Amino acid sequence: MTKETRRWQWISHICLASISIFCIIPFLLLIISSISDEMSILQNGYSFLPESFSRDAYLYLWEQRGQLIRAYGITIFVTVVGTSIGLALTALLAYPLSRKDLPLGKFFTFLVFFTLLFNGGLVPTYYVYTQIFDIKNTIWALIIPVLLVNGFNVLLMRTFFMNTIPDAVLESARIDGAGEFRAFFSIVLPLSLPILATIGLLQTIMYWNDWMNGLIYLTDPSLYSIQNILNRILTDIQFLTSNSDYAAQSGKTISQLPSATIRMAIAVVGILPIIVAYPFFQKYLVKGITIGSVK
Amino acid sequence: MAETIRKDLEYENDPNLVHNAPTKVRVKKKIRTFKRYIPFFIMLAPGLLYLLINNYLPMFGLVIAFKDFNFVKGILGSEWVGFKNFEFLFKTQDAFIITRNTLLYNGFFIVLNTVSAVGVAILLNEIRKVFFVRLYQSIILIPFLISMVVVSYLVYAGLSVESGILNNTILPLLGLEPISWYMEPKYWPFILPIINLWKSIGFFTIIFFSAILGIDKEYYEAATLDGASKWQQIKKITIPLISPVIIMMTLLSIGRIFYSDFGLFYQVPLNSGMLYDTTNVIDTYVYRGLLQLGDIGMASAAGFYQSIVGFILVLIANLIVRKRSKDNALF
Repeated sequence: MTKETRRWQWISHICLASISIFCIIPFLLLIISSISDEMSILQNGYSFLPESFSRDAYLYLWEQRGQLIRAYGITIFVTVVGTSIGLALTALLAYPLSRKDLPLGKFFTFLVFFTLLFNGGLVPTYYVYTQIFDIKNTIWALIIPVLLVNGFNVLLMRTFFMNTIPDAVLESARIDGAGEFRAFFSIVLPLSLPILATIGLLQTIMYWNDWMNGLIYLTDPSLYSIQNILNRILTDIQFLTSNSDYAAQSGKTISQLPSATIRMAIAVVGILPIIVAYPFFQKYLVKGITIGSVK
Repeated sequence: MAETIRKDLEYENDPNLVHNAPTKVRVKKKIRTFKRYIPFFIMLAPGLLYLLINNYLPMFGLVIAFKDFNFVKGILGSEWVGFKNFEFLFKTQDAFIITRNTLLYNGFFIVLNTVSAVGVAILLNEIRKVFFVRLYQSIILIPFLISMVVVSYLVYAGLSVESGILNNTILPLLGLEPISWYMEPKYWPFILPIINLWKSIGFFTIIFFSAILGIDKEYYEAATLDGASKWQQIKKITIPLISPVIIMMTLLSIGRIFYSDFGLFYQVPLNSGMLYDTTNVIDTYVYRGLLQLGDIGMASAAGFYQSIVGFILVLIANLIVRKRSKDNALF
């Protein structure tokens, strides 16, 4: 290694290590704050080195666990159902469009493509989903609007089918008497696992993190996903308490709640699953990002 | 079954056969080909139906902008008012503020994100040990994984007036007075780009890094033999060779410049009314008009304005991309 290469190694390591710290240090502050003592935060603010630690915030969340577990259940349900249905619809739409001989194929592809260029925006979408399809305050409000099928993903999958499924294989399946559905499920899908996994992963993250559908279509807190709860609590710490008789049970008033630490603790609870799972799906995520950008 | 299909294929592959076939056979054949495609139409129906409901129905709903809309009367029952909603919208200061904010923030995001991510990708490419490349890459992608709601918690831990780390620890260390971050609009043009960069730098780095990995190693070997310094190699090889990707990404972002990240502008400033001057963008304006203020006329006019200008910008951006490289164009 030349002197110059070595110098560049050092510079790069120093810069990248600093950027990495910059990226994770807010999480560190979040976690430390969540296990800090409420009093030390009231005196010195959120800090990396609190005077004393306490698990009060988590104890409080544990007492309120009913609502959190419910919210987690909703998040998991929405993510699983939304991703499965979305992925199925995407693949089923993309496959016929990948066939060059499909009558009207060009027209259908254009219909999908045009959704990427032009959209009606929030006001008409809200009208459609509340007045025509009455999904306000139903679980479907978290699943259907905007997130279910994305035109871009359809086109991505279509390209994948066109490039990787050899026509000859489908032809021979047809000659063997397999119907189109059989061919799709037993030949096309197994060959397309990489793209299904990548798009499925991106969609899972999208559903897991979504809070806008809840913000727009839900007024009933019993349907809140974990993100909606987080969204509410940041400005309204009493939200958790107001739905239970915590104050009556514990003999504490709301002002005695360790609210500064509870806020941080609930955010930790909110991000925990995705951070824990991250090392396992990291590779696919990187792949997904690059596929989407270069088509 | 297989027999008839093979006959079909023969007809298809040989134009003479089709031409010489009697008309009856030709019609029959057409019907049969169409029949063959029925399973395909069944497959694409549900997805297409979804797009019709989710994307196409709202496009027709854009006419709300030209009506004195009332949810009770519905779209058809509400009266036409021509361009009244637009008149009201563009008479207010708001129209100017939200357009200015949307364009300036997104424009600045594009420059900041691109320059930083290209820099990080180049540094990443200098690292020899694969372990460290993976490590750095994974860490800077973490902020990309979390929702804007969680981001707003992290920001709150930093900026909260009573307990934020800036007011309680960092500013006193520098000998500065505490600042009411959520009430002073002048700081947000600096805060928001930093948050946006923090959240999206991993994403863009990965894209540019994969472009750099695609460069043929021989260029660098030849340059090293010729005695070119690292800096010269970056300037003369790396950047020129990834510039198509940089230009592409930039143009695509410009096509989306009229749309903003709602969470960043709504949730992160905690929807603080004092900050609207520097945090209100078209998306937040439409949301507040529709769901908080009940001012559907203004909201739908602003939404219409966004859809149309956004559409024109995508078309222009794509036209330019297409001129440079057909493969990268959306259409």
